[in-house]
Amino acid sequence: MTMLEIDALNVWFGHGRDRVDAVKAASFSVARGESFGLVGESGSGKSTILRAVAGLARNWSGRMAVDGAALTAKRPRSFYKTVQMVFQDPYASLHPRHSVDQVLGETLHLHGFADIDARVVKLLEDVGLGQKFRFRYPHQLSGGQRQRVAIARALAPEPDLLLLDEPTSALDVSVQAEILNLLVDLRRDRGLTYVMVSHDLSVVGHMCERLAVMKDGQIVEVMGVEALRRNAATHPYSRSLLEASL
Amino acid sequence: MMEPLLDVEDLWVRFPTRQGVFDAVRGVSFTLGRERLGIVGESGSGKSMTGRAILRLIRPPGMVEAKQISLGGVNLMDKTEKEMRAVRGQRISMVMQDPKFSLNPVMTIGDQIIEAYRQHNRASKADAYAKALEMLEAVSIRDPDRVMRAYPHEMSGGMGQRIMIAMMLIPNPEILIADEPTSALDVSVQRQVLDIMDKLVKDRGMGLIFISHDLNLVADFCDRVLIMYAGRIVEICEADKLSEAKHPYTRGLLNSLPRLDAPRDHLEVLQRDPAWSEAPSVSGRL
Amino acid sequence: MAEQTLRQWLLTDTPTSRRHAKLSALYQGWLSFRGNTMAMIGLWILVALVAIAAAAPLISPHDPFVQDLGNRLAPLGTDGHILGTDSLGRDILSRLIYGSRITLYIVALVALIAPIAGLLVGTVSGYVGGWVDVVLMRITDIFLAFPRLVLALAFVAALGAGIENAVLAISLTAWPPYARIARAETLTIRSADYISAIQLQGAGAMRIITRHIWPLCISSLIVRVTLDMAGIILAAAGLGFLGLGAQPPSPEWGAMISEGRRFILDHWWVATMPGLAIFTVSLAFNLLGDGLRDVLDPKGGE
Repeated sequence: MTMLEIDALNVWFGHGRDRVDAVKAASFSVARGESFGLVGESGSGKSTILRAVAGLARNWSGRMAVDGAALTAKRPRSFYKTVQMVFQDPYASLHPRHSVDQVLGETLHLHGFADIDARVVKLLEDVGLGQKFRFRYPHQLSGGQRQRVAIARALAPEPDLLLLDEPTSALDVSVQAEILNLLVDLRRDRGLTYVMVSHDLSVVGHMCERLAVMKDGQIVEVMGVEALRRNAATHPYSRSLLEASL
Repeated sequence: MMEPLLDVEDLWVRFPTRQGVFDAVRGVSFTLGRERLGIVGESGSGKSMTGRAILRLIRPPGMVEAKQISLGGVNLMDKTEKEMRAVRGQRISMVMQDPKFSLNPVMTIGDQIIEAYRQHNRASKADAYAKALEMLEAVSIRDPDRVMRAYPHEMSGGMGQRIMIAMMLIPNPEILIADEPTSALDVSVQRQVLDIMDKLVKDRGMGLIFISHDLNLVADFCDRVLIMYAGRIVEICEADKLSEAKHPYTRGLLNSLPRLDAPRDHLEVLQRDPAWSEAPSVSGRL
Repeated sequence: MAEQTLRQWLLTDTPTSRRHAKLSALYQGWLSFRGNTMAMIGLWILVALVAIAAAAPLISPHDPFVQDLGNRLAPLGTDGHILGTDSLGRDILSRLIYGSRITLYIVALVALIAPIAGLLVGTVSGYVGGWVDVVLMRITDIFLAFPRLVLALAFVAALGAGIENAVLAISLTAWPPYARIARAETLTIRSADYISAIQLQGAGAMRIITRHIWPLCISSLIVRVTLDMAGIILAAAGLGFLGLGAQPPSPEWGAMISEGRRFILDHWWVATMPGLAIFTVSLAFNLLGDGLRDVLDPKGGE
């Protein structure tokens, strides 16, 4: 069963002479329960694909389907019960004036849950934060704790597909290990599907079963993680990327 | 070993806060010869503060205290702010993480380099221009004429960082402090910038302090590594022997990295021991 | 001891309830505000102004409207009239005390109308974008293109002289800068990740603007309003001075200066005392605004 299907996706910004094609004719599909990685250097368009799937990049053409249903320009609210996203910078993804309780409470309220109090408590437990963090503001949290809150927010609507945009690149390695472990556990416990963007091949190698290598908006190669480990990339660009990160 | 370029003894950086005095750096000592010295640690370990404190660039209300910070036998702690200005840039240069914030956005790169050069040397405009071109060539910039006319926003991150390095090297400093100079760059560009720094440091016999959070990068690039935790040095190793590090903190950091060649379900999580921050700082003086 | 624990309770990094978190955040702001001596001076002046206005009948030595033509233009320090009397023999100190009520009334009304109008226009314009932005911003430009006092004059002339109309006229000329500020802030906020994140929960534009963008714009608007307050008081005084604001015998400070103008050479205190009052209050608002900027401006802190 296919969770996410991307076919000949183009994404661009601006128009006329200022038009920049960020993603060109990208195609790949992700099975339900799979973890799929998108790797590339900055400006390769890997994050843009995630933003297009989430509905944050509005200029696109081609076909995108989540759980068999083709995506339209405007996403219904039910879409966000299936697809959620975790952003790169935990310092920018939480509203500076909203406490953890407000962030999670509002999300639950928007998705029409009734037992908000109990769910906030449960979500905080699930991401390993616990009750004492409930009424804190972002400036009272460390980077890793903020990212846990962001993950809790993404889990609140009980989605099936989680889009992870470099979720650990702004964190220290020891904190990165904790967050990656958390993501591994959550996927196993909840049967989530991940699409994870990263510039770090070893992180993608750890988290994903398959990955696509992107360069200048195009997918140059899709391979399994065993091929990556065996250093069996075929495309010269993937090889150079692999060499640089070893 | 010959006379060290820089001798730092018992360096403290303190910040008064509402909850009392916060010590960002606590009694750090080390020497720097003509070598590449790496300082590694996580955010908040005091590694950047150490670099800035050497140049006395800690903004008030922060305070720098030290038994000595000796540059060629002269204690920088005794210098006035005015005398320090002659040291900064001239004898010790610093390269920051993001070149975008270090270059003036409304001046061409050429004008900025020329200005920097003429600040330190008496030279005609034409001489300064020739010197600037030479500098850009030294950091492997192809087509330096075009780059001289360009504005910072037209440069990629890697180019910007190379230009910063070129500017820092103009006064021929004895010591270069590089604070996460490649963290904002892609891996392939990272390598090029490091190679350039490496070559310049070797050719000119400079001392380099390389501050980074990336253990593997530092192990690869430096000669000696100081590992900092909670404002103290917990361990010092030869860079090529980093994988044999003994301190549980260093070991924990190394083990928490995902590795392509050793897949596993869960990464090792660092268990922090309060005793680490209690133990006195290890001295890095030779 | 109990005081100490209350302080610790307020300064905690681990609040235990919604109320605790709010109070703690407020207390931290108050502490950094208190560290600013000049802002505290401004705050005290304004607190004193409010107290004086509230207690006007109790503390004013005379009735501000009672005339005593036999004792007109009495100099400073006259027995019973510390600040002297005006051309109709009314006690200047009493008039100043009662005038503080009018000043506060103007300030409160303008501070309610102008920034809220500006906030609405600016945030909607900035968040929605497109033709809505173009239309709203051009309207703002039109209002900005008129000199403030002239536009206020035109309004007052059309609506009739009086304090309410003066307030309305000042508000109408004061909102465009707030709209500009709010729009600029909104443009930077709307591309932030936390706005994307709430969009991903299916939140509508209305909710995002009021719950997520307003709280971030309001602090810079408050700062701007307090800094503008001096100008607003002066504009009200200016209208009063031209005879288009408060009408005699109302003890509005600007109108008092206007009256005193005729005697400025021989009886300088009649115009000077209300002038000093305007100066003091304007200065207080400016000092307070500077202090608030340090506390509230999100760019200044973390």
